[in-house]
Amino acid sequence: MTSLPDQTEKKLGLVIDLDTCVGCHACVTACKGWNTENYGVALSDNDAYGSDPVGTFLNRVHAFEVQPSNGAAQTIHFPKSCLHCDDAPCVTVCPTGASYKRVEDGIVLVDEDACIGCGLCAWACPYGARELDQSAGVMKKCTLCVDRIYNENLPEEDRVPACVRTCPAGARHFGDFSDPESNVSRLTAERGGMDLMPEQGTRPVNKYLPPRVKDRLTADKSAPQLKPVADSPKGFLAWLDKTLEAL
Amino acid sequence: MHPAPSVIVFTVLSGLGFGFLAWLGIGQPAVTGWTAFFCFAIAYALAVGGLVASTFHLGNPQRALKAFSQWRSSWLSREAWLSVSALLVMGLYAFAAVFFDRLLVPLGVLGAVLSVATIYATSMIYAQLATVPRWNHWLTPLHMVTLALAGGAVLAAQSMAALVLLVVAGGVQLLYWVLGDRRFAERGHTTETATGLGDRGKVRLFEPPHTGTNYLLKEMVYVVGRKHAQKLRAIAFLLNCLLPIVIIALLPAGVFSAGLAVLAYLAGTFASRWLFFAEAEHVVGLYYSQR
Repeated sequence: MTSLPDQTEKKLGLVIDLDTCVGCHACVTACKGWNTENYGVALSDNDAYGSDPVGTFLNRVHAFEVQPSNGAAQTIHFPKSCLHCDDAPCVTVCPTGASYKRVEDGIVLVDEDACIGCGLCAWACPYGARELDQSAGVMKKCTLCVDRIYNENLPEEDRVPACVRTCPAGARHFGDFSDPESNVSRLTAERGGMDLMPEQGTRPVNKYLPPRVKDRLTADKSAPQLKPVADSPKGFLAWLDKTLEAL
Repeated sequence: MHPAPSVIVFTVLSGLGFGFLAWLGIGQPAVTGWTAFFCFAIAYALAVGGLVASTFHLGNPQRALKAFSQWRSSWLSREAWLSVSALLVMGLYAFAAVFFDRLLVPLGVLGAVLSVATIYATSMIYAQLATVPRWNHWLTPLHMVTLALAGGAVLAAQSMAALVLLVVAGGVQLLYWVLGDRRFAERGHTTETATGLGDRGKVRLFEPPHTGTNYLLKEMVYVVGRKHAQKLRAIAFLLNCLLPIVIIALLPAGVFSAGLAVLAYLAGTFASRWLFFAEAEHVVGLYYSQR
């Protein structure tokens, strides 16, 4: 059924820390690697070694420049993947029921065997989180690594999404937003976690932590220069100086 | 949005086909026998041809039957049901008209209602998308339904109705263009709201996430060819509104003038529908500093 559940038991999702992300794209690579070998069809590349390579990714890292009215511009790396919205418009437009939001944990998934590849859900998503795989003709999107997080064959520390596990900067956090004491809920509350494009009314589950305000150097730039303390060398250096002069 | 030929052909042809079926359903013209056969053959060729074209853009068209399952929530699914119902009901009506010279009026009226509902459902597939502000408005269904009914009236050689509807559809089309130009700005979507970084300054894309292109940019950030938009609007309006009006008003009514007017209407409506897609800006473009 592509009607949205009134409420989900858990609200699993990600917190992405824009202050910490260094834009290394490790999450992009880890995501592509895991999701090509696991849930659903592979994330294909077309013309991968040719002049016009194009491929399917579930996570992409943009970089934005923010120019304040005064002061220096700031570069902010900006990873973007499915936000697993509470009011996911991609789910209700689906004609086949392939797109659905899970009642148990709120993950938005695609049943690839039911997907006709019409692309309407990708049109309905404001965030560009869904990409139609050009080889398989089915819609691909972030599964929150549903095949990792419950996978008891994996060591416990690996039971998080591949992007979270791989992030070397600790900029990605995974947890349950329905629990106010969870890591993600506390981070969101403490750091003012925000929604992307809130005016679209999608009520995203994933939150973004805004970059912290950077330090500003307020000291006088022309700090007093130190006077030279040794105009003429003394001791060993004086002897060396004299000896070298004499040569 | 990418103006995919399959979707343009689908919306224009099936719109005209269902528009024509709506007129046939209410007995304008009240045709029977061989005349009815040819009328219904044209209407079905257009409506079914358009629907077949729409399957060409599917990644897995072999599963198309599954699209009937989600009519409670999905306009695309409702369109599937309505189009098939309209075609079945009008099929029975046509059968009686062609082979028994009988006009089953209640069946025809039901078929006409279903035909108009089909065009409406098609338009709502686009109008429901908050992500495309230009489409997300009541003018979108009005634009597509009036244009389809006007085309149907031209094809049905209902001179008076065609003239009135062409004027109405032309006016709605102009309104759709003029008001649509402002809507993206009116909705207030910017790169600042998209990134949530607007409180600290002006935001622009510094580096895209990839050096090449991707599905999102190809499908939803179509910026090529908009530079001729004003010229194309003039051509579209001239061909799908003014020229059919002149032909119907000046030439004697008949198959020839109706055919000529329909050809002009089709050419203009193809241009108009190309613009409908090419000019529609998706909010995802904001993440790429493009619209």
